[in-house]
Amino acid sequence: MLPLKAFLLGSGLLSAAPAFAQRVSVIKFPELQKRFTQPTDTTYVVNFWATWCAPCVKELPHFEQIRTLYAKKKVKVLLVSLDYASQLEKKVKPFVQQRGLKSEVVLLNEPDPNDWLGKIDAKWSGALPFTLIVNNKTKRRATFEQELSQVELTAALKKFL
Amino acid sequence: MQKVLPLLTLCFALLLSSFTLRPTADGYQVGDKAADFKLKNIDGKMVSLADNKTAKGYIVVFTCNTCPYAQAYESRIIALNQKYAPQGYPVVAINPNDPAVVPGDSYAAMQTKKYAFPYLQDESQQVAKTYGATRTPHLYVLTRRGNDFVVSYIGAIDDNSEDAKLVKTKYVENAMAEILAGKPATTNSTKAIGCSIKWKRA
Repeated sequence: MLPLKAFLLGSGLLSAAPAFAQRVSVIKFPELQKRFTQPTDTTYVVNFWATWCAPCVKELPHFEQIRTLYAKKKVKVLLVSLDYASQLEKKVKPFVQQRGLKSEVVLLNEPDPNDWLGKIDAKWSGALPFTLIVNNKTKRRATFEQELSQVELTAALKKFL
Repeated sequence: MQKVLPLLTLCFALLLSSFTLRPTADGYQVGDKAADFKLKNIDGKMVSLADNKTAKGYIVVFTCNTCPYAQAYESRIIALNQKYAPQGYPVVAINPNDPAVVPGDSYAAMQTKKYAFPYLQDESQQVAKTYGATRTPHLYVLTRRGNDFVVSYIGAIDDNSEDAKLVKTKYVENAMAEILAGKPATTNSTKAIGCSIKWKRA
């Protein structure tokens, strides 16, 4: 019951918040890696997506919901767009704005996935969406090369908290 | 003890089955023998690897109409066929997507394509599962060994999906140069971003 209340409260606050232009930083892989390899007890939920990926777009609200549900826990949601950097102004920023995404969004600007995919997870073959949940203090990690339902995502995250 | 043993055997069998029944086996690795298939081409004819007796191998690409990455690579896949079909390695394109999920990947939609190579519908999605394909495009080079075909390369076409002019490493062409010379590919497995295969909803 508490998470539901928290969510309702969270979404109420959200809708009351003035619209603002969410920033989308364009970053390279080493910087991305730094974002979720800090030796803290924060649990990172890192979702790889793209505006052109239908199942990704479908599951994005679940990650937004996680962010509000677990606002009081040490949970950090990071949405990593794999759209081309050339699409930043035309596609990505308008999408983020239109959907009102509040989680941090970065665009990973690396042309060759063969260079970095394996560093995220050896088993990731490159299909989108892909989600990594990691806690560097407890050294726990879970990866999903599939679309996640709200129930699946929440269940996966709960194991970390 | 007499009662315990069958129970233990049962437990062991259950344990084994929990491994073997894991969804989506990892599919083929380089060096594995590739199973032949029989899939419907867009001209209505059934196509198998065994049909083409002169083929030294195949470049099998799981691809589709709708994925932006598949679209970005379409002309490069056509170019691969133009380059390697005369050298005995024609392209065979396979669309594994469930048209119930993506109507744009229906058999009728596939028929709008005019390729010089087969464009097959993997209606049951069994071929994609057997190969371990997860995304479009996902490419496999097969090399003939007698009547069998062995997986020689799995992965990406090159290192820049957005712009063919900016490509620095042509992964599959590098592999093909070695494979055609009768050598194993130095880089025989690469990763690429692609659209997840749209599996049938259970």
